[in-house]
Amino acid sequence: MKKLILNISKSLSLFELLKGMKLTLSYFFAKKVTIQYPEQKTPQSPRFRGLHALRRYPNGEERCIACKLCEAVCPAMAITIESELREDNSRRTTRYDIDLTKCIFCGFCEESCPVDSIVETRIFEYHGEERGDLLYTKDMLLEVGKKYEKQIAKDRKQEAKYR
Amino acid sequence: MQEFFSQFFSSDVALTLSYLFKIILIVIPVMISVAYLTYFERRVIGFMQSRIGPNRVGYFGLLQPIADALKLMFKEIVLPTKSNNFLFFLAPLLSIAPALAAWAVIPFDYEMVLADINAGLLYVLAMTSIAVYGVIIAGWASNSKYAFLGSLRSAAQIVSYEIAMGFTLVGVLMCANSLNLGDIVIAQEGGISQWYCWPLFPLFIIYFISAVAETNRAPFDVAEGESEIVAGFHVEYSGMAFALFFLAEYANMILVSILAVIMFLGGWLSPVSFIPDGIFWLIIKVAFVLFCFLWLRATFPRYRYDQIMRLGWKVFIPLTLVWIIFVGAMMQTRYAGYFH
Repeated sequence: MKKLILNISKSLSLFELLKGMKLTLSYFFAKKVTIQYPEQKTPQSPRFRGLHALRRYPNGEERCIACKLCEAVCPAMAITIESELREDNSRRTTRYDIDLTKCIFCGFCEESCPVDSIVETRIFEYHGEERGDLLYTKDMLLEVGKKYEKQIAKDRKQEAKYR
Repeated sequence: MQEFFSQFFSSDVALTLSYLFKIILIVIPVMISVAYLTYFERRVIGFMQSRIGPNRVGYFGLLQPIADALKLMFKEIVLPTKSNNFLFFLAPLLSIAPALAAWAVIPFDYEMVLADINAGLLYVLAMTSIAVYGVIIAGWASNSKYAFLGSLRSAAQIVSYEIAMGFTLVGVLMCANSLNLGDIVIAQEGGISQWYCWPLFPLFIIYFISAVAETNRAPFDVAEGESEIVAGFHVEYSGMAFALFFLAEYANMILVSILAVIMFLGGWLSPVSFIPDGIFWLIIKVAFVLFCFLWLRATFPRYRYDQIMRLGWKVFIPLTLVWIIFVGAMMQTRYAGYFH
């Protein structure tokens, strides 16, 4: 009986509801966690998996040896490779396409690469205005690699001890 | 106003013009406050969820409601193939018209009222009741399961809470001895202690909760219930037809808040004697009540449908009846002064 009266008076006084409203009101004045995207950005991991790039050795030789491991491991079958023997008898790719509309950014290509040639960079703000724009060819990938080599090399060096 | 127009026109035309002018003077601020209520809703709820809310369009996002309105205006109105076209277009009109018509009797200050009629309270109740037809017809005409379910739910809900709301208003008119909204406010003259929210405190709380249910706002928004029935009665509506429902919902929200202020919080009267009365008191109080609406929405999850019905019929109606009897009995004792 005593418990019943206590329960009824508790629900009639809206005690629990007021408690909830007090909580939301405290959040009304709390610090906001929103990140105003184009001006502010969240910190990025050195393992970030964004746009792909093909790298070169410091002497200018392209790293890719056309082993096609990345093509084989790619779960989305986004990579297409064709290769030939160069005049100096080394095997090199003639075609290296990544279809970014298929790619799921899993990073398997990067992990499978024996020569650290195909890598995923920190770039995620890119776009294509037409359907074909997101089909990246060898030249485009090498261009990305050339442009961001400094950052890429730094990230690889930092992560080397965990790989 | 009438004198001004009668310089140029005959007296009948001048009368009509002066009323039209007053109507515009009420409707335009109502529309603007509806637009900015949506903005404040998004900001307040954002703040309560540790977010910022819209702040990109114009300074502090102040142009956001205008951008939203423009977007809705340019959108196509999709007609469901098997809908009843006449009723489909009638429904939004039926919900916006009463939401605006009820503003005719709202007193904003001494003498600042469009239609100073004696049965003002009854008129407002009648108008808010008509609004339910817009919802029912919208659900029926859309010929869609979700819309139909939503309209049935909201019809039952609005009818149930109408009763509790009506009873709370009975308490007010017992105290004020008048159905005229202006007289009800004037009866509360004499500072914050004379407002009806003190002697009628339980009725005030019940009125407020019923008002939230009446306008189909969270946590009583089962009529829309995004996670259950998509959007309820207005799933099939788009563009301006949808915008009319939206306008009606928010106009109703402001209307029930202004009624709460007039009947329980002393309308345009100042709470303390050293600050003069004025329309700005009405605006401040309404803003506070509306903030409570948004606060409730940010705090509580949606009610289960049978619990809504239980709350309306088994809790609110008995409680209001008990308090009305209590007030009536107290009026016969020597404490009657507290209840007038």
